[in-house]
Amino acid sequence: MSDNDRDLEDTPAERQAPHRVIGTPAPAPGILADPERGDGDDGGKGTRPYGPGEAEAPELDELPAENPNPVSARNWERVAAALFIVSALASVAFIAAYVGLEVGGDTKGNVVVATLRSNLALGSAMALAFLAIGIGMVIWVRNIMPPVELAEERHPMASPKEDRQAFAETIIEGAEASQITKRPLLRRTLIAATLPAALAPLVILRDLGPEPKGSLRTTVWKKGTRLLVYGTNQPITPADFDSPGGMITVVPEGYQDNDEALAKATAIIIKMEPGQLQVPTRYDDGADGARTLLNSMNWTVDNIVAYSKICTHLGCPAALYEQTTQRILCPCHQSTFQANTGATVIFGPAPRPLPQLPIATNAQGYLVAQSDFQEPVGPSFWERG
Amino acid sequence: MTTDNKRLTIPKPVAKQAGELDDRLHAAKGVRTLLRKVFPDHWTFLLGEIALYSFIILILTGIFLTLFFQPSMTDVIYHGSYTKLDGVRMSQAYQSTLNISFDVRGGLLMRQIHHWAADVFLAAILCHLLRIFFTGAYRKPRETNWLIGIVMFTLGILEGFLGYSMPDDLLSGTGVRIAEGVLLGIPVVGTYLSFFLFGGQFPGTEFVVRFYIIHVLLIPGLLLALVSAHLFLMVHQKHTQMPGPGRTNANVVGQPMYPYFMVKTGAFFFFVFGVLALVATFAQINPIWEVGPYTPTAISAGSQPDFYMGFLEGSLRMFPSWTWDIGGHTISWDVLIPALVVPGLIFTALGIWPFLESWATGDKSYHNVNQRPRNAPTRTAIGMAGITIYGILWLEGANDIIAVHLQIPLYLTTEIARWAIFIGPVIVFWATRRICFGLQRRDASMLTHGVETGIIRQLPNGAFVELERPLSEGEVAEIAAPSPSPTAAITAPEVDDNGLPEPALRGARGKLQARVHEIFVEGISLAPPTNGHGNGHGNGHAAIDGESERAAVGGGGTPQAEDGGATEDGE
Amino acid sequence: MRWITARRRRPLFGYAAVLLALVAVGMLYAAVTGVGGSTASAGSGSSSAQIAEGKDLFDTSCSSCHGLDAQGSSVAPSLIGAGAAAVDFQVGTGRMPLKEIGAEAAQKPPVFNQQQIYAIAAYVASLGGGPAIPTDQQVSTAGADAGNGQSLFNANCAQCHNYSGAGGALTDGKYAPPLTNATNRQIYEAMLTGPEAMPVFNDETLPSADKRDIIAYITQTRAEANPGGFSLGRIGPTTEGLVAWLGGIGALVLAAMWITAKRREERTGDHG
Repeated sequence: MSDNDRDLEDTPAERQAPHRVIGTPAPAPGILADPERGDGDDGGKGTRPYGPGEAEAPELDELPAENPNPVSARNWERVAAALFIVSALASVAFIAAYVGLEVGGDTKGNVVVATLRSNLALGSAMALAFLAIGIGMVIWVRNIMPPVELAEERHPMASPKEDRQAFAETIIEGAEASQITKRPLLRRTLIAATLPAALAPLVILRDLGPEPKGSLRTTVWKKGTRLLVYGTNQPITPADFDSPGGMITVVPEGYQDNDEALAKATAIIIKMEPGQLQVPTRYDDGADGARTLLNSMNWTVDNIVAYSKICTHLGCPAALYEQTTQRILCPCHQSTFQANTGATVIFGPAPRPLPQLPIATNAQGYLVAQSDFQEPVGPSFWERG
Repeated sequence: MTTDNKRLTIPKPVAKQAGELDDRLHAAKGVRTLLRKVFPDHWTFLLGEIALYSFIILILTGIFLTLFFQPSMTDVIYHGSYTKLDGVRMSQAYQSTLNISFDVRGGLLMRQIHHWAADVFLAAILCHLLRIFFTGAYRKPRETNWLIGIVMFTLGILEGFLGYSMPDDLLSGTGVRIAEGVLLGIPVVGTYLSFFLFGGQFPGTEFVVRFYIIHVLLIPGLLLALVSAHLFLMVHQKHTQMPGPGRTNANVVGQPMYPYFMVKTGAFFFFVFGVLALVATFAQINPIWEVGPYTPTAISAGSQPDFYMGFLEGSLRMFPSWTWDIGGHTISWDVLIPALVVPGLIFTALGIWPFLESWATGDKSYHNVNQRPRNAPTRTAIGMAGITIYGILWLEGANDIIAVHLQIPLYLTTEIARWAIFIGPVIVFWATRRICFGLQRRDASMLTHGVETGIIRQLPNGAFVELERPLSEGEVAEIAAPSPSPTAAITAPEVDDNGLPEPALRGARGKLQARVHEIFVEGISLAPPTNGHGNGHGNGHAAIDGESERAAVGGGGTPQAEDGGATEDGE
Repeated sequence: MRWITARRRRPLFGYAAVLLALVAVGMLYAAVTGVGGSTASAGSGSSSAQIAEGKDLFDTSCSSCHGLDAQGSSVAPSLIGAGAAAVDFQVGTGRMPLKEIGAEAAQKPPVFNQQQIYAIAAYVASLGGGPAIPTDQQVSTAGADAGNGQSLFNANCAQCHNYSGAGGALTDGKYAPPLTNATNRQIYEAMLTGPEAMPVFNDETLPSADKRDIIAYITQTRAEANPGGFSLGRIGPTTEGLVAWLGGIGALVLAAMWITAKRREERTGDHG
């Protein structure tokens, strides 16, 4: 069996062999220009069009003026024209919808439904207007303009050697004429002059904000600040908050509407079953040798424990509480804290447990803070230590 | 007027004005060159246009929005038409966005087109980047354009983030909080950067105003300048083209700018605008009235940034808890590595890639014809591995949504991602390379044997054979390619007469380069057949066996690569 | 490589590869969608002489897991003190009786009618008290302040249930269900009794009026039209990104392919 047996013969059946497309289909034969031809100047180099069916280049350097298939072109012209008319009508419809459909305070019914109606009408009209004109233009190019394929010569990107040399010489000439290479005093003092000028624009941005100093280390919680339930803004007693498995967001009294304070001070209180709460006594050994108490059962009241709601990873509210597993889950990056044992990190990227807020009850029986958090809340920072 | 065809003539007043302009501008030759410029045709060349036109649409709709938006964080109590939020405390920025959505006719449409256009803009940039990468269009002389593109990509991501953070809603405000947390974590200067950007502690009263001016003025200005440079370079260097009949390294084959390409590109602009308007009509995006105003006390389950930040989000979610406390200072690796090192590596790798590949292949020649991805197996495999890494990071960014909708336990999604990020790219690299070699073999066998026609013929001895027809010239031009590019010193003899190794191959770096080079240029010779069929029988066959693959390397000196395909550095 | 190379042309190899891939993906998916821990619930209630009927129903359908005295067992918690509201919620949403022990008790069509549910609830309440079934007046949203509900919902509920009530993931295969079908009373009861992993929001912490505000917010949001078009699930940028890629880029790529396609006359006739 030689390869010749596999060749197509010129029989009627085999002449109809299906044309299998490989890669990007090629254009009709004879269409390409001779890539070498050029006329040596800048504009329109080397472009010589062939019409379809032409074996050789026509003499004139011009695009074909007529479509070789005039009947088909006329039909497509009608289609494109119809589309352009549709587009025009759609634009008019857009204006009509804008004028006719009210939204907002001027509507009589449901505002959301009115907005929906207006959006639908305006949007469909606009989409139709643009798509119709786009489709019409594509039909114009593909079916009405005669098909053409040109070749244009590329020029070497690298400049000729003489040009490069001339350039180099110009630079050197100029440098010499400027004297800057021969006068180090001039040169160096000039550089010295630009340096502070370059620094000044950075320096004048200094007043964009205050220095951090110690502000990240403290929150507005103080001894005796009452815990208010966020949203209702009511203080709370342990007798009220007595359902095991309960969790609620609390904020310091006086700061309910202060977003800047709340961004660090927001806390959650959780009521545990008897025996469930086992906060360890944990210390932090600071760089200067000072020991800070960070967790303690003395900071809880009646199986109620308070933690910062601000996740120690990147500051999202770590708010998701599963009462069956006592896990606090932060929905941003899934840092998980074990609430009954001091909010230690059991999964996820958070570097540290949630700081515990020391709470107690005041004379009236309301939950109050014993003091501020004993460590900085929220994301870590360089000076945190 | 001639008799055979009525030629147009330019009307006198127009000609006069054009003359006046040319008197002042000396423009006739330059503008004519531009009008005659030839643009090659391939659908993948329009991906950059999607990005360009989305950008223009962003500017147009953005101007509309700036006329109504109030970039202010002053607290107000809402008493507007969206009555469900009556009495709720919110910033003026959020209130004005509610206004635009519900009280300005066409406002919601403009907001939605703007936001969809931003998503499509970045998706198109990604597609365009991948096309340029996989076809090798970034090779000399287009490395600068590649770098400009990477810079625009980065700016685009930042611009999108700033844009959707301005309405100050719960979802985007959470993203700003996370960004602040990342800034805080930067060693030494982090707290200062954060305080300077926010004008103090988070959230402060400044960030919406500052984001506004960066989003509306600074970055669009930069982007406009960069896009102009990008397009100028593309026109000046001329667009690349896919291999095909008549297409060489020294020409551009296609249709002229005037009138063909102008109409095509104009039509595509209307397509982009129309599709965006269609999506903005029928698909709701960023419904801030449902999400609610930002408060640092609240958060929603399933909080994600827009998709182009998804890889950063996934990177943060995937990383385990890791922090150092030394000498009174804290370094949070769990923040720095995913949020700064990972994107830094990705964008640096993208930026230096053309130079890395040029070093690895030793290829310093000009390339104006694109490569089919299969003809650069190592590059394609590295690209697919890169997509795998990016894709895993991106998917992990939505891991809680995936967990709840596909019922996969939450922690398991993260565990899987932690393993997959290392194993996945290796497997994908290997598999892609093998697939490329397989495709190259198929091409080689088509070049020698021709292509099947589906017509079966019975031979006299009873056997059935399928007929093949040899490839046409056009088809040959499209798939034949010298698979390794011609190289220079690397393929020179390894040891010279005195027994010393070639200068380029000395030392550890030289040896590394030689080894990397081997891997990069490994491929199958796709020399076009000498007379169409039969002859050149050994052409593709030897290359199918594993041993002879290496022999095809270098593009010279072996019988298979007799004419080696057209040499394509036509300079 | 040589082994694969030699055999890769056999038609069977293609089928084998596809089959292998399908099996691998299937096994992988089965392995990761696991079963998690078991469930827990809480609640309470109290009522009158339906108690006897309730006890009958309880003994038949509930005691196998919860024990004949509702004292609980290794697979189910004690219901003493759970209350009528919890029973009404769990049985009314069909979560109980539990069909299979998994990470989460899924909502399904209720087995009992409302009268039977009241009976069981009365019985359970009689065992140890607990929150009562809220009255119609307590759960009515007439005159409720949805704006207040919005800020309470976002602060206490959205982190699990998502800002539009679309639901969200919890750990170990648990999830916070979507709020699409819950009645006013069921929402109230859920807040009051904290079913399964959900925390408890009792009426002293979150007063009745505030609970009504939250219910008003949820029901209004549910019923609200989506003015921007299809809601895409109301889960945010994840589905939006999908639509941008598939719908936006997809449509534009198709348009690009059309614009640059060679016309039919140019394609044919190139037969070598």
